[in-house]
Amino acid sequence: MIDFVGKKRWFFLISAIVIILGIVSLAIFGLRPGVDFSGGTAMTLQFNSPVEQSQLRQELADLGHDEATAQKAGDSSFIIRLREIPRGEADELVEKLGGRLGRQVEITDYYLASPTVGVETTRNAGIAVIIAAVAMLFYIVWAFRRMPSPFRWGTCAIIALIHDVLIVIGIFSILGQMADVEVSAMFITGLLAVVGYSINNTVVVFDRIRENMSKGISPDFAVTVNLSLIETLGRSLNASLTTLCVILALFLFGGATIHHFILVLLIGLLAGTYSSLFIAGPLLVVWEKKEWGELMPFVKRTA
Amino acid sequence: MKRRNICLLIFILTLFGFALWSIVPLEGKKLGQELTLGLDLKGGSYLVYQVDLSELNPDDKPVEIMEGIKKAIERRIDVLGLTQPIVAVQHQDDQYGIVIQLPGASESQVEETKEKMVALLEFREQGEEGSWVPAKGTIDGKELTLTSRYFKERIEVIPDEFSLPLVVFEWDETGQELSQQITSRLIGKPLAIYLGDEPLRGEDGYPIAPTVRGTIRDRGQIEGLNWIDAQELRNLFNAGRIPVPLGRWTEENGSRVFQPNVPLYERTVDATLGRDSIEKSLLAIKIGVALLLLFMLLYYRLPGLIACFSLGIYGVMLLAIFKLLPLTLTLPGVAGFILSLGMAVDANILIFERTKEEIRAGRTLGAAIEAGFNRAWTAIRDSNITTFIACIILIWFGRTLGAFMVEGFAITLFIGVALSMFTAIIVTRTFLRLVVGSRLVTNPAAYGVKT
Repeated sequence: MIDFVGKKRWFFLISAIVIILGIVSLAIFGLRPGVDFSGGTAMTLQFNSPVEQSQLRQELADLGHDEATAQKAGDSSFIIRLREIPRGEADELVEKLGGRLGRQVEITDYYLASPTVGVETTRNAGIAVIIAAVAMLFYIVWAFRRMPSPFRWGTCAIIALIHDVLIVIGIFSILGQMADVEVSAMFITGLLAVVGYSINNTVVVFDRIRENMSKGISPDFAVTVNLSLIETLGRSLNASLTTLCVILALFLFGGATIHHFILVLLIGLLAGTYSSLFIAGPLLVVWEKKEWGELMPFVKRTA
Repeated sequence: MKRRNICLLIFILTLFGFALWSIVPLEGKKLGQELTLGLDLKGGSYLVYQVDLSELNPDDKPVEIMEGIKKAIERRIDVLGLTQPIVAVQHQDDQYGIVIQLPGASESQVEETKEKMVALLEFREQGEEGSWVPAKGTIDGKELTLTSRYFKERIEVIPDEFSLPLVVFEWDETGQELSQQITSRLIGKPLAIYLGDEPLRGEDGYPIAPTVRGTIRDRGQIEGLNWIDAQELRNLFNAGRIPVPLGRWTEENGSRVFQPNVPLYERTVDATLGRDSIEKSLLAIKIGVALLLLFMLLYYRLPGLIACFSLGIYGVMLLAIFKLLPLTLTLPGVAGFILSLGMAVDANILIFERTKEEIRAGRTLGAAIEAGFNRAWTAIRDSNITTFIACIILIWFGRTLGAFMVEGFAITLFIGVALSMFTAIIVTRTFLRLVVGSRLVTNPAAYGVKT
């Protein structure tokens, strides 16, 4: 039998590394704000034949938009971002652009946002997540009320949730630097989805611990938790794998519009599966046994 | 026991048949074509404006004014003949805004709507050929049309002695002059109220065109309306009385400046891009679901096959709910659907894993399945309730913000998870019981247990 709980230091260490890398990247670079947050105009341009990205950027600069960025979105389509211009002006600009490039071009997606929108959305999303977390905490405390110290269970589930959210945000900060991945309102939606998924998964694992506790499998809490983890391992992996099938298919074939949104779900799903097994349960054990030193991976174990 | 299962089976099949019947169109259209698609899937526009309410009098109620503006815009949009356009008032702190969704609108329609979003009402009289022409008067040699701009104060609705509504109004100086000239020549004739080129219509669909009973100088009243029409008219009058420009607030050199006509947020999606998104997402979902079903079949064998059936029922029912309610399907909605599909599969997996354990522990097939369901139930219940809590808060969050993306996602996830509980607990269980009860398949290997 594999001793997951005994290896908890390693699991905490892996998470800590990913989260710390993410936080460092967040502190240095932050997230790359999309139009929702920085304000401006974003457009998807569909050309009738392929165009070189550098050429497109050059022409945009020549037309007085040296701030413009262009990102390939398909065979002959680009997502360009520039300072805020109203629709009429955008139509003129794109017409000129088409003339210069000798191609027919159409705006298939026009997007204008004031910078204040994103700030408010984020603030409200933050409030929504906090309220949701508190409500879920209460429910878990109630659902596990027959267990000793139910509040711990709720707190550990919420910590696992924060863990997942931090991992997603951190990785997006890193991706923002490496692959120009931007954060939009859809990112926030995806993050909220991760919150729902993460708790769902953790509760399934906790449910098994609860059941094994009432069966009185072992007087040692660590053994009970470990057994529960092993018993739920098959289910957790299979459930994640099946969801992964669909999300991966959407990521690969679903089109550029939802690419980053699906990426949030993808990372969130992986983090959520990991944390429900290797963070939430072992954390309960640490709390139960007051082995707080276990959280520090390099501190020598006493006794 | 057996009888109950057969009853349940009939119930499930009836429900399934009804759901299937409701989504399969009869006239040779493609499946799912009648679903209401969001503007990100079929093209259209999403606009958010803020308003400048600085011209309001202290006794004006912003909520009423905003209702009036909303009604005025709705009436403008009605002319475009779009399916399910949405105009909603947003309210946060002291700031009011208007959210406009125009699914399926072309770019020119959007531009046209943007130009005509003034709530000004015009009074019209019947011209010589029966057409309605602006009711005009002459002041200092200038011809002026009587409009809602000349109302003096807040228009009120009060009950008369029979508790019927009266819309009471008062003109300002110019309005008094115009009203006297116009009403004195129109006694006994109707005076219609126009918003743009369309007359205001009551709930019954007939234009609201009160007959002039006498010369009105400073004060007047409109009677003969029902309460709903009267209140709507009041809101429209009030919104048309003061210029309430749509635009947005920005910070400039530390002070707040209002920029008229610039939306706070605009997204216009071309119909071709929408079609492209649908096709790609559909393809992706087909591939993903095929893989998922294959996995279930290979790993769980017979129960896997049953799960495939119950997931099929789940999919058809979800589509039927979308069509019957009706709900608007957006791209985030598609994502919500996928996540809920994942949870539906998860519920089945939880049950099968439990059943396998029970078989290994030496129980008979029937007993193992019952135990498997009972044991899995608490996990399914508690985990899904936490997801429900998250969904409800997201729906609330999306509503207050007018963030239709978030709302679409959360509503789909909520319905999907609720339905997944039904399919896992009722449908899968009934099918499994019937198969086991029929003693057609008794080899534990068929249930994925190695012997």
